[in-house]
Amino acid sequence: MNITVTLIAQMAAFIVMIMLVKKFLWGPVSGLLEARQKRIADGLAAAEKGKHEQELAEKRAKETLKESKSQAADIIAQAQKRASEIVEEAKDNARGEADRIVAAANAEIATEVNQAKEHLREQVSVLVMTAASQVLKREIDAKAHEKIIKDVAAKI
Amino acid sequence: MSQAASEGSSGGGSVQYIQHHLTNLCVGDCDPVTHQAAGFWALHVDTLFFSILLGALMVFVSYRLGKRLTDGVPGGFQNFVESIIDFVATQVKDTFPGHNPLIAPLGLTIFVWVWLMNFMDLIPVDLLPLIASWFGIHYLKVVPTTDLNTTMAMSLTVFVLIVFYSIKVKGLGGYLKMFLFHPFGKFLIPVNIVMTAIEELAKPLSLGLRLFGNLFAGELVFLLIALLSGGAALGAALLIWFPLQVVLDVGWLLFHILIITLQAFIFMVLTIVYLGMAHTSDH
Repeated sequence: MNITVTLIAQMAAFIVMIMLVKKFLWGPVSGLLEARQKRIADGLAAAEKGKHEQELAEKRAKETLKESKSQAADIIAQAQKRASEIVEEAKDNARGEADRIVAAANAEIATEVNQAKEHLREQVSVLVMTAASQVLKREIDAKAHEKIIKDVAAKI
Repeated sequence: MSQAASEGSSGGGSVQYIQHHLTNLCVGDCDPVTHQAAGFWALHVDTLFFSILLGALMVFVSYRLGKRLTDGVPGGFQNFVESIIDFVATQVKDTFPGHNPLIAPLGLTIFVWVWLMNFMDLIPVDLLPLIASWFGIHYLKVVPTTDLNTTMAMSLTVFVLIVFYSIKVKGLGGYLKMFLFHPFGKFLIPVNIVMTAIEELAKPLSLGLRLFGNLFAGELVFLLIALLSGGAALGAALLIWFPLQVVLDVGWLLFHILIITLQAFIFMVLTIVYLGMAHTSDH
Protein backbone atom coordinates (compact mmCIF):
# COMPACT_ATOMS: atom_id res chain seq x y z
CA MET A 1 0.00 0.00 0.00
CA ASN A 2 2.70 2.40 -0.93
CA ILE A 3 2.03 5.87 -2.10
CA THR A 4 3.50 5.96 -5.59
CA VAL A 5 3.40 8.07 -8.71
CA THR A 6 -0.05 6.59 -9.22
CA LEU A 7 -1.20 9.24 -6.76
CA ILE A 8 -0.07 12.02 -9.09
CA ALA A 9 -1.70 10.32 -12.05
CA GLN A 10 -4.93 9.86 -10.13
CA MET A 11 -4.89 13.51 -9.09
CA ALA A 12 -4.55 14.52 -12.71
CA ALA A 13 -7.34 12.12 -13.66
CA PHE A 14 -9.52 13.52 -10.90
CA ILE A 15 -8.99 17.12 -12.00
CA VAL A 16 -9.73 16.20 -15.60
CA MET A 17 -12.82 14.35 -14.43
CA ILE A 18 -14.07 17.39 -12.54
CA MET A 19 -13.67 19.56 -15.61
CA LEU A 20 -15.33 17.02 -17.91
CA VAL A 21 -18.20 16.47 -15.53
CA LYS A 22 -18.65 20.21 -15.22
CA LYS A 23 -18.69 20.58 -18.99
CA PHE A 24 -20.75 17.57 -20.05
CA LEU A 25 -22.93 16.63 -17.12
CA TRP A 26 -23.36 19.40 -14.59
CA GLY A 27 -23.47 22.29 -17.02
CA PRO A 28 -26.16 21.10 -19.41
CA VAL A 29 -28.33 19.32 -16.85
CA SER A 30 -28.28 22.05 -14.20
CA GLY A 31 -29.00 24.63 -16.89
CA LEU A 32 -31.87 22.48 -18.04
CA LEU A 33 -33.17 22.09 -14.50
CA GLU A 34 -33.02 25.82 -13.99
CA ALA A 35 -34.86 26.43 -17.26
CA ARG A 36 -37.51 23.93 -16.26
CA GLN A 37 -37.81 25.44 -12.81
CA LYS A 38 -38.30 28.83 -14.41
CA ARG A 39 -40.91 27.43 -16.76
CA ILE A 40 -42.80 25.83 -13.90
CA ALA A 41 -42.60 29.01 -11.86
CA ASP A 42 -43.86 31.01 -14.84
CA GLY A 43 -46.67 28.56 -15.38
CA LEU A 44 -47.69 28.73 -11.73
CA ALA A 45 -47.56 32.52 -11.81
CA ALA A 46 -49.66 32.57 -14.96
CA ALA A 47 -52.16 30.20 -13.38
CA GLU A 48 -52.30 32.40 -10.31
CA LYS A 49 -52.80 35.45 -12.48
CA GLY A 50 -55.51 33.70 -14.46
CA LYS A 51 -57.29 32.72 -11.28
CA HIS A 52 -57.05 36.28 -10.02
CA GLU A 53 -58.40 37.60 -13.30
CA GLN A 54 -61.21 35.12 -13.23
CA GLU A 55 -62.14 36.26 -9.75
CA LEU A 56 -62.10 39.85 -10.93
CA ALA A 57 -64.23 39.01 -13.93
CA GLU A 58 -66.71 37.17 -11.74
CA LYS A 59 -66.89 40.14 -9.45
CA ARG A 60 -67.38 42.45 -12.40
CA ALA A 61 -70.07 40.20 -13.85
CA LYS A 62 -71.87 40.22 -10.52
CA GLU A 63 -71.68 44.00 -10.39
CA THR A 64 -72.94 44.30 -13.95
CA LEU A 65 -75.78 41.94 -13.19
CA LYS A 66 -76.73 43.90 -10.11
CA GLU A 67 -76.57 47.15 -12.05
CA SER A 68 -78.68 45.84 -14.89
CA LYS A 69 -81.20 44.44 -12.43
CA SER A 70 -81.59 47.82 -10.79
CA GLN A 71 -81.75 49.46 -14.20
CA ALA A 72 -84.48 47.06 -15.25
CA ALA A 73 -86.38 47.81 -12.06
CA ASP A 74 -86.02 51.54 -12.77
CA ILE A 75 -87.25 51.10 -16.30
CA ILE A 76 -90.24 49.08 -15.16
CA ALA A 77 -91.10 51.67 -12.54
CA GLN A 78 -90.80 54.46 -15.11
CA ALA A 79 -92.94 52.54 -17.57
CA GLN A 80 -95.58 51.96 -14.95
CA LYS A 81 -95.54 55.64 -14.09
CA ARG A 82 -95.76 56.57 -17.74
CA ALA A 83 -98.63 54.11 -18.27
CA SER A 84 -100.63 55.58 -15.45
CA GLU A 85 -99.85 59.00 -16.81
CA ILE A 86 -101.09 57.96 -20.24
CA VAL A 87 -104.23 56.54 -18.72
CA GLU A 88 -104.81 59.79 -16.83
CA GLU A 89 -104.18 61.79 -19.97
CA ALA A 90 -106.57 59.62 -21.93
CA LYS A 91 -109.18 60.05 -19.24
CA ASP A 92 -108.71 63.83 -19.35
CA ASN A 93 -108.94 63.87 -23.13
CA ALA A 94 -112.04 61.73 -23.10
CA ARG A 95 -113.65 63.98 -20.54
CA GLY A 96 -112.78 67.08 -22.65
CA GLU A 97 -114.07 65.39 -25.77
CA ALA A 98 -117.30 64.45 -24.10
CA ASP A 99 -117.78 68.00 -22.86
CA ARG A 100 -117.15 69.30 -26.34
CA ILE A 101 -119.59 66.84 -27.90
CA VAL A 102 -122.22 67.78 -25.35
CA ALA A 103 -121.62 71.50 -26.03
CA ALA A 104 -121.85 70.96 -29.80
CA ALA A 105 -125.06 68.99 -29.38
CA ASN A 106 -126.50 71.74 -27.19
CA ALA A 107 -125.57 74.37 -29.75
CA GLU A 108 -127.14 72.31 -32.51
CA ILE A 109 -130.26 71.84 -30.46
CA ALA A 110 -130.43 75.61 -29.93
CA THR A 111 -129.99 76.25 -33.65
CA GLU A 112 -132.69 73.70 -34.49
CA VAL A 113 -135.03 75.31 -31.97
CA ASN A 114 -134.37 78.74 -33.49
CA GLN A 115 -134.92 77.41 -36.99
CA ALA A 116 -138.14 75.76 -35.91
CA LYS A 117 -139.28 79.03 -34.29
CA GLU A 118 -138.48 80.95 -37.46
CA HIS A 119 -140.26 78.43 -39.55
CA LEU A 120 -143.23 78.51 -37.24
CA ARG A 121 -143.34 82.32 -37.37
CA GLU A 122 -143.37 82.26 -41.20
CA GLN A 123 -146.08 79.63 -41.19
CA VAL A 124 -148.12 81.68 -38.71
CA SER A 125 -147.72 84.86 -40.78
CA VAL A 126 -148.87 82.98 -43.91
CA LEU A 127 -151.75 81.52 -41.90
CA VAL A 128 -152.70 84.97 -40.56
CA MET A 129 -152.54 86.44 -44.03
CA THR A 130 -154.74 83.70 -45.37
CA ALA A 131 -157.12 83.94 -42.44
CA ALA A 132 -157.30 87.74 -42.70
CA SER A 133 -157.86 87.67 -46.46
CA GLN A 134 -160.61 85.15 -46.00
CA VAL A 135 -162.19 87.21 -43.21
CA LEU A 136 -162.19 90.48 -45.21
CA LYS A 137 -163.00 88.62 -48.40
CA ARG A 138 -161.36 91.24 -50.30
CA GLU A 139 -158.04 91.69 -51.82
CA ILE A 140 -155.49 93.20 -49.59
CA ASP A 141 -152.48 94.88 -50.97
CA ALA A 142 -149.74 92.67 -49.67
CA LYS A 143 -147.23 95.30 -50.28
CA ALA A 144 -149.10 97.96 -48.38
CA HIS A 145 -149.68 95.89 -45.38
CA GLU A 146 -146.45 94.01 -45.27
CA LYS A 147 -145.19 96.15 -42.39
CA ILE A 148 -148.19 95.46 -40.30
CA ILE A 149 -148.01 91.69 -40.95
CA LYS A 150 -144.39 91.55 -40.07
CA ASP A 151 -145.02 93.37 -36.82
CA VAL A 152 -147.74 90.91 -36.00
CA ALA A 153 -145.55 87.99 -36.89
CA ALA A 154 -142.76 89.41 -34.68
CA LYS A 155 -145.15 89.68 -31.77
CA ILE A 156 -146.02 85.92 -31.97
CA MET B 1 -15.54 -18.07 -7.69
CA SER B 2 -14.84 -21.13 -5.62
CA GLN B 3 -12.86 -22.69 -8.42
CA ALA B 4 -10.54 -19.74 -8.68
CA ALA B 5 -10.34 -19.60 -4.93
CA SER B 6 -9.19 -23.19 -4.79
CA GLU B 7 -6.56 -22.35 -7.39
CA GLY B 8 -5.39 -19.57 -5.14
CA SER B 9 -5.29 -21.73 -2.05
CA SER B 10 -3.53 -24.57 -3.86
CA GLY B 11 -0.86 -22.02 -4.74
CA GLY B 12 0.10 -21.61 -1.08
CA GLY B 13 -2.88 -21.13 1.20
CA SER B 14 -5.39 -18.49 2.15
CA VAL B 15 -2.88 -15.81 3.05
CA GLN B 16 -1.25 -15.96 -0.32
CA TYR B 17 -4.64 -15.95 -2.05
CA ILE B 18 -5.61 -12.79 -0.25
CA GLN B 19 -2.19 -11.25 -0.71
CA HIS B 20 -2.34 -12.00 -4.40
CA HIS B 21 -5.73 -10.39 -4.75
CA LEU B 22 -4.63 -7.28 -2.93
CA THR B 23 -1.60 -6.74 -5.13
CA ASN B 24 -1.80 -4.12 -7.83
CA LEU B 25 -0.61 -4.58 -11.36
CA CYS B 26 2.63 -2.72 -10.80
CA VAL B 27 4.73 -1.18 -13.53
CA GLY B 28 7.97 0.63 -12.94
CA ASP B 29 9.81 0.60 -9.65
CA CYS B 30 8.39 -2.68 -8.35
CA ASP B 31 9.66 -5.53 -6.22
CA PRO B 32 10.09 -8.46 -8.64
CA VAL B 33 9.24 -11.10 -6.00
CA THR B 34 6.24 -9.70 -4.14
CA HIS B 35 5.22 -7.46 -7.03
CA GLN B 36 4.63 -4.65 -4.56
CA ALA B 37 5.70 -1.14 -5.36
CA ALA B 38 9.24 -0.73 -4.11
CA GLY B 39 9.66 3.00 -4.56
CA PHE B 40 7.81 6.11 -5.56
CA TRP B 41 8.13 5.58 -9.29
CA ALA B 42 5.77 2.65 -9.50
CA LEU B 43 2.58 2.90 -11.46
CA HIS B 44 -0.51 0.90 -10.47
CA VAL B 45 -1.78 0.29 -13.97
CA ASP B 46 -4.97 -1.53 -12.89
CA THR B 47 -6.01 1.29 -10.58
CA LEU B 48 -5.43 3.83 -13.32
CA PHE B 49 -7.09 1.68 -15.96
CA PHE B 50 -10.29 1.03 -14.06
CA SER B 51 -10.67 4.52 -12.62
CA ILE B 52 -10.11 6.17 -15.99
CA LEU B 53 -12.32 3.58 -17.71
CA LEU B 54 -15.15 4.33 -15.28
CA GLY B 55 -14.54 8.06 -15.59
CA ALA B 56 -14.60 7.81 -19.36
CA LEU B 57 -17.79 5.77 -19.17
CA MET B 58 -19.35 8.40 -16.98
CA VAL B 59 -18.33 11.24 -19.28
CA PHE B 60 -19.40 9.31 -22.37
CA VAL B 61 -22.82 8.55 -20.94
CA SER B 62 -23.22 12.20 -19.87
CA TYR B 63 -22.18 13.34 -23.33
CA ARG B 64 -24.68 11.01 -24.98
CA LEU B 65 -27.38 12.15 -22.58
CA GLY B 66 -26.46 15.81 -23.05
CA LYS B 67 -27.28 15.59 -26.74
CA ARG B 68 -30.88 14.53 -26.19
CA LEU B 69 -31.75 16.49 -23.09
CA THR B 70 -35.27 17.83 -23.04
CA ASP B 71 -36.67 20.43 -20.70
CA GLY B 72 -40.11 18.95 -21.18
CA VAL B 73 -41.12 15.72 -19.52
CA PRO B 74 -37.85 13.81 -18.95
CA GLY B 75 -37.46 10.20 -20.04
CA GLY B 76 -36.32 7.35 -17.80
CA PHE B 77 -32.56 7.80 -17.80
CA GLN B 78 -32.66 11.58 -17.88
CA ASN B 79 -35.02 11.43 -14.93
CA PHE B 80 -32.55 9.25 -13.05
CA VAL B 81 -29.59 11.54 -13.81
CA GLU B 82 -31.65 14.60 -12.95
CA SER B 83 -32.57 13.14 -9.58
CA ILE B 84 -28.88 12.47 -8.80
CA ILE B 85 -27.91 15.98 -9.84
CA ASP B 86 -30.79 17.45 -7.92
CA PHE B 87 -29.70 15.45 -4.88
CA VAL B 88 -26.14 16.78 -5.12
CA ALA B 89 -27.38 20.32 -5.76
CA THR B 90 -29.58 20.11 -2.67
CA GLN B 91 -26.63 18.96 -0.58
CA VAL B 92 -24.53 21.85 -1.86
CA LYS B 93 -27.33 24.33 -1.28
CA ASP B 94 -27.89 23.08 2.25
CA THR B 95 -24.29 22.92 3.43
CA PHE B 96 -22.36 25.36 1.29
CA PRO B 97 -22.55 29.05 2.14
CA GLY B 98 -22.27 31.55 -0.68
CA HIS B 99 -21.81 30.70 -4.31
CA ASN B 100 -19.02 28.88 -6.09
CA PRO B 101 -19.71 27.31 -9.49
CA LEU B 102 -17.01 24.68 -8.93
CA ILE B 103 -18.44 23.07 -5.81
CA ALA B 104 -21.48 21.34 -7.24
CA PRO B 105 -19.67 19.74 -10.22
CA LEU B 106 -16.89 18.72 -7.83
CA GLY B 107 -19.39 17.09 -5.48
CA LEU B 108 -21.15 15.43 -8.39
CA THR B 109 -17.87 14.07 -9.76
CA ILE B 110 -16.90 12.70 -6.38
CA PHE B 111 -20.27 11.14 -5.69
CA VAL B 112 -20.73 9.41 -9.04
CA TRP B 113 -17.12 8.54 -9.77
CA VAL B 114 -16.43 7.20 -6.29
CA TRP B 115 -19.67 5.26 -6.41
CA LEU B 116 -18.73 3.72 -9.75
CA MET B 117 -15.25 2.82 -8.51
CA ASN B 118 -16.74 1.39 -5.33
CA PHE B 119 -19.20 -0.55 -7.42
CA MET B 120 -16.31 -2.58 -8.85
CA ASP B 121 -16.25 -4.16 -5.40
CA LEU B 122 -19.57 -5.85 -6.11
CA ILE B 123 -18.21 -7.72 -9.11
CA PRO B 124 -17.21 -11.24 -7.98
CA VAL B 125 -13.68 -10.95 -6.65
CA ASP B 126 -12.20 -13.62 -8.92
CA LEU B 127 -14.02 -12.83 -12.12
CA LEU B 128 -11.96 -10.00 -13.57
CA PRO B 129 -8.57 -11.35 -12.34
CA LEU B 130 -9.45 -14.69 -13.92
CA ILE B 131 -10.28 -13.05 -17.25
CA ALA B 132 -7.09 -11.00 -17.01
CA SER B 133 -5.04 -14.11 -16.32
CA TRP B 134 -6.17 -15.52 -19.69
CA PHE B 135 -4.44 -12.53 -21.26
CA GLY B 136 -1.29 -13.05 -19.26
CA ILE B 137 -1.96 -10.45 -16.59
CA HIS B 138 -1.44 -12.16 -13.26
CA TYR B 139 -2.02 -9.35 -10.84
CA LEU B 140 -5.20 -7.34 -10.91
CA LYS B 141 -6.94 -5.31 -8.25
CA VAL B 142 -10.18 -4.16 -9.77
CA VAL B 143 -11.44 -1.69 -7.18
CA PRO B 144 -9.58 1.60 -7.61
CA THR B 145 -10.79 2.92 -4.25
CA THR B 146 -9.05 0.06 -2.43
CA ASP B 147 -5.83 1.66 -3.64
CA LEU B 148 -4.69 4.34 -1.22
CA ASN B 149 -3.32 6.29 -4.19
CA THR B 150 -6.80 6.89 -5.58
CA THR B 151 -8.44 7.98 -2.37
CA MET B 152 -5.51 10.12 -1.28
CA ALA B 153 -5.29 11.67 -4.75
CA MET B 154 -8.86 12.86 -4.42
CA SER B 155 -8.54 13.98 -0.82
CA LEU B 156 -5.29 15.83 -1.59
CA THR B 157 -6.92 17.57 -4.52
CA VAL B 158 -9.71 18.59 -2.18
CA PHE B 159 -7.05 19.71 0.32
CA VAL B 160 -5.38 21.87 -2.31
CA LEU B 161 -8.77 23.41 -3.07
CA ILE B 162 -9.37 24.00 0.65
CA VAL B 163 -6.07 25.84 1.01
CA PHE B 164 -6.61 27.73 -2.24
CA TYR B 165 -10.08 28.96 -1.33
CA SER B 166 -9.09 29.65 2.28
CA ILE B 167 -6.36 31.99 1.06
CA LYS B 168 -8.58 33.41 -1.66
CA VAL B 169 -11.44 34.22 0.71
CA LYS B 170 -9.60 35.10 3.90
CA GLY B 171 -6.46 36.44 2.31
CA LEU B 172 -3.01 35.06 3.09
CA GLY B 173 -2.90 37.05 6.33
CA GLY B 174 -6.29 35.79 7.39
CA TYR B 175 -5.30 32.23 6.64
CA LEU B 176 -2.12 32.50 8.71
CA LYS B 177 -4.03 34.28 11.48
CA MET B 178 -6.30 31.27 11.65
CA PHE B 179 -3.24 29.16 12.54
CA LEU B 180 -2.11 31.66 15.16
CA PHE B 181 -5.31 32.53 17.02
CA HIS B 182 -7.50 29.49 16.62
CA PRO B 183 -8.82 27.80 18.74
CA PHE B 184 -7.40 29.22 22.00
CA GLY B 185 -6.94 32.94 21.42
CA LYS B 186 -3.73 34.93 21.33
CA PHE B 187 -2.10 33.68 24.55
CA LEU B 188 -1.49 30.13 23.36
CA ILE B 189 -0.08 30.79 19.88
CA PRO B 190 2.33 27.80 19.76
CA VAL B 191 -0.45 25.42 20.83
CA ASN B 192 -2.77 27.02 18.32
CA ILE B 193 -0.37 26.44 15.46
CA VAL B 194 -0.04 22.77 16.29
CA MET B 195 -3.75 22.30 16.87
CA THR B 196 -4.82 24.05 13.67
CA ALA B 197 -2.17 22.29 11.60
CA ILE B 198 -3.40 18.94 12.91
CA GLU B 199 -6.97 19.96 12.26
CA GLU B 200 -6.22 21.00 8.69
CA LEU B 201 -4.11 17.94 7.93
CA ALA B 202 -6.70 15.65 9.46
CA LYS B 203 -9.19 16.74 6.80
CA PRO B 204 -7.51 15.15 3.77
CA LEU B 205 -6.18 12.24 5.79
CA SER B 206 -9.55 11.33 7.25
CA LEU B 207 -11.23 11.79 3.87
CA GLY B 208 -8.82 9.55 2.01
CA LEU B 209 -8.28 6.97 4.72
CA ARG B 210 -11.98 6.58 5.50
CA LEU B 211 -12.86 5.68 1.94
CA PHE B 212 -9.79 3.49 1.52
CA GLY B 213 -10.36 1.70 4.84
CA ASN B 214 -14.01 0.96 4.23
CA LEU B 215 -13.51 -0.32 0.72
CA PHE B 216 -10.35 -2.26 1.57
CA ALA B 217 -12.12 -3.96 4.46
CA GLY B 218 -15.14 -4.66 2.30
CA GLU B 219 -12.95 -6.22 -0.37
CA LEU B 220 -11.20 -8.27 2.30
CA VAL B 221 -14.51 -9.63 3.57
CA PHE B 222 -15.46 -10.61 0.03
CA LEU B 223 -12.13 -12.43 -0.27
CA LEU B 224 -12.67 -14.23 3.03
CA ILE B 225 -16.17 -15.30 1.94
CA ALA B 226 -14.72 -16.46 -1.35
CA LEU B 227 -12.21 -18.58 0.60
CA LEU B 228 -14.90 -20.49 2.50
CA SER B 229 -15.59 -23.26 0.05
CA GLY B 230 -12.27 -22.78 -1.68
CA GLY B 231 -10.47 -24.14 1.36
CA ALA B 232 -12.63 -27.23 1.51
CA ALA B 233 -11.68 -30.17 -0.62
CA LEU B 234 -14.10 -31.42 -3.18
CA GLY B 235 -16.50 -33.66 -1.27
CA ALA B 236 -19.06 -33.73 1.48
CA ALA B 237 -17.69 -30.66 3.23
CA LEU B 238 -18.35 -28.60 0.12
CA LEU B 239 -22.08 -29.29 0.53
CA ILE B 240 -21.98 -27.29 3.75
CA TRP B 241 -19.48 -24.61 2.82
CA PHE B 242 -20.75 -23.79 -0.63
CA PRO B 243 -24.33 -22.80 0.38
CA LEU B 244 -22.92 -20.93 3.35
CA GLN B 245 -20.61 -19.03 1.03
CA VAL B 246 -23.48 -18.13 -1.30
CA VAL B 247 -25.65 -16.92 1.56
CA LEU B 248 -22.85 -14.89 3.12
CA ASP B 249 -21.82 -13.47 -0.23
CA VAL B 250 -25.33 -12.31 -1.07
CA GLY B 251 -25.74 -10.88 2.42
CA TRP B 252 -22.48 -8.94 2.28
CA LEU B 253 -23.25 -7.87 -1.27
CA LEU B 254 -26.55 -6.32 -0.25
CA PHE B 255 -24.96 -4.67 2.76
CA HIS B 256 -22.09 -3.46 0.65
CA ILE B 257 -24.43 -1.68 -1.78
CA LEU B 258 -25.31 0.49 1.20
CA ILE B 259 -21.66 0.95 2.17
CA ILE B 260 -20.42 2.00 -1.26
CA THR B 261 -23.23 4.53 -1.60
CA LEU B 262 -22.72 5.80 1.91
CA GLN B 263 -18.96 6.19 1.46
CA ALA B 264 -19.38 8.05 -1.83
CA PHE B 265 -21.97 10.27 -0.14
CA ILE B 266 -19.77 10.92 2.91
CA PHE B 267 -16.79 11.83 0.73
CA MET B 268 -18.95 14.28 -1.21
CA VAL B 269 -20.62 15.85 1.81
CA LEU B 270 -17.37 16.26 3.73
CA THR B 271 -15.74 17.82 0.69
CA ILE B 272 -18.59 20.32 0.46
CA VAL B 273 -18.45 21.00 4.20
CA TYR B 274 -14.65 21.49 4.23
CA LEU B 275 -14.82 23.81 1.25
CA GLY B 276 -17.72 25.61 2.87
CA MET B 277 -15.55 26.16 5.96
CA ALA B 278 -12.82 27.48 3.70
CA HIS B 279 -15.29 29.97 2.25
CA THR B 280 -16.46 31.40 5.57
CA SER B 281 -14.11 34.16 6.58
CA ASP B 282 -15.01 33.94 10.27
CA HIS B 283 -13.58 30.60 11.26
